[in-house]
Amino acid sequence: MAAAPSPRASVPQRPSLRQRLRLARFGPSFWVGVALIGTVVTAALLSYVWTPHPPNAMNFAVQLQGPSPAHPLGTDEFGRDLASRLLIGARGTLLVGFVAVGIALLAGGTIGLVSGWIGGWVDEAVMRLVDVLYAFPAILMALLLAAVFRPGTLTAMTAIGLATIPIFARIARSSVLTLKAADYVEAGRALGARPGRLLLRHVLPGAASPLVVQASLSLAIAVLAEAALSFLGLGTPPDVPSWGNMLREAQGFLAMSPWPAIVPGLAIVATVLGWSLLGDGLRDALDPRSR
Amino acid sequence: MLASLLVFVALSSVPGDPAQLILGLNAAPDALAALRSQLGLDVPAPQRYLAWLAGALRGDLGESINYGRPVSALIIDRLAVSVPLTLGAGLIACLIALPLGVTAALRRGTWADPLVTVAAQVGAAVPSFWLGLLFILFFAVQLGWMPAGGFVPWERDFVGALRSLALPMLALGLGQAAVMTRMTRSAMIDALGQDYVRTARAKGLEPGTVVFGHALRNALVTLVTILGLSLSNVFIGSIVIEQVFALPGLGRLALTAIGTRDFPLIQGEIVLYASVIILLGFLVDVSYGLLDPRIRID
Repeated sequence: MAAAPSPRASVPQRPSLRQRLRLARFGPSFWVGVALIGTVVTAALLSYVWTPHPPNAMNFAVQLQGPSPAHPLGTDEFGRDLASRLLIGARGTLLVGFVAVGIALLAGGTIGLVSGWIGGWVDEAVMRLVDVLYAFPAILMALLLAAVFRPGTLTAMTAIGLATIPIFARIARSSVLTLKAADYVEAGRALGARPGRLLLRHVLPGAASPLVVQASLSLAIAVLAEAALSFLGLGTPPDVPSWGNMLREAQGFLAMSPWPAIVPGLAIVATVLGWSLLGDGLRDALDPRSR
Repeated sequence: MLASLLVFVALSSVPGDPAQLILGLNAAPDALAALRSQLGLDVPAPQRYLAWLAGALRGDLGESINYGRPVSALIIDRLAVSVPLTLGAGLIACLIALPLGVTAALRRGTWADPLVTVAAQVGAAVPSFWLGLLFILFFAVQLGWMPAGGFVPWERDFVGALRSLALPMLALGLGQAAVMTRMTRSAMIDALGQDYVRTARAKGLEPGTVVFGHALRNALVTLVTILGLSLSNVFIGSIVIEQVFALPGLGRLALTAIGTRDFPLIQGEIVLYASVIILLGFLVDVSYGLLDPRIRID
């Protein structure tokens, strides 16, 4: 007796994210993005094993100097090496971005998937609640959380994450609404798959590409927000070198040396640009219609 | 309203007793009790919220602990900085972004489009507060043309006030212009790809008529959405820019309030910011019906 063909194999599926990534043709913006983010990641990793100088070592003989062989990017008002602090700062930038967007992706994605799947008044009510978050952009959310708890890295990450939830919820929900009616989901349901399995195995893979693209674009915004919050003193604590903190300290010494203000800013621009190019590149490659 | 409830719940769940925070750990118990009742903390939270909301709807946001003045009065004082800053930056963003975005959309396939697109992409990655620092470096420190910060009140010196707001407006406006250019470009490309635009072209209408009468007219709904979003962004961005240029606006007031744990003031400020954002969204929704007769609001 011949084995019955596996029912799953007979149902045409939307290509999964992995399949799409394998088939995708990546354009230049993707690769420039990869190079920029790769550099930042390398800098962050490198900072764990090596920095040109100890990042907090003060040396009042070399205050506010321009680039030199000893200090390739110059020094700050305490004579601390800007290059070393820049490398350490890459850690916080990446960490805050990843955690914030992770919170948003997990919470927003789940809310959107489940709410869209259930539909009806529950969906209506949940999305209304999510919309309330639109009224609190990251900076405003951070002001609120800093008032309730104390300002710090955790507060900043949570604030940026909460403020980013609605966009992920919206995207996940709209994917679910389209996919709910797709033939292969219908087929899965007809074969008796439980809702949880349908959602995870059939709907989630189809909804993954737009979420991944948005994650990259949101990382760009999260990096900007983190820098702004640290600059305001609502993010990374002052004793930890971060790009936003470096800019805040540089503000008082603009008339004496431009380097402490220029160097971290360029790093922020490169990182934000990297994430947004990566996101655009992914979108173009995964969804040719968006070109 | 839901947003104001959220702010209230968050702020009343603050660990610790505000009265204790203000008077310190060694305060006498009866002084603490007196302050609590002065702050209205002896009433249960839901009742406090309703009282606060009723006051807020009448324009009474309570009294600042730190300044000992009504929150609404403090806020109104600061509007003289924050409102012109936001509107000026928004105007600058529009003046740059609309022509650039429309041009890029019309000139697809020429050198102009990639140039604008790349410039906008890089521009959107530049934090406006860093741009502000660079402006101070260049225009104030190097050239000495502009004040590096601070604010001259309007009634004392109108030109001086304008000068102290010029660089902040430009820094805030340029950053938003980059974001807006990208959105305008894609809205215009969408509109130009529509069938009715092709029809209009096919029946031999002037290119100008096609672009302004057909494509732009129909892209207006998207453009107004972009404008509303941009104004919200600029308003929130002003919090950071005020800090760069030491401008006595709403943002600095909020940061001071957080530093001094002045809860009535923080609450009033955050609710104000959120309300403006909600109001802008509402105005955008209402404008849809006016701009596009096909959209009806029930």
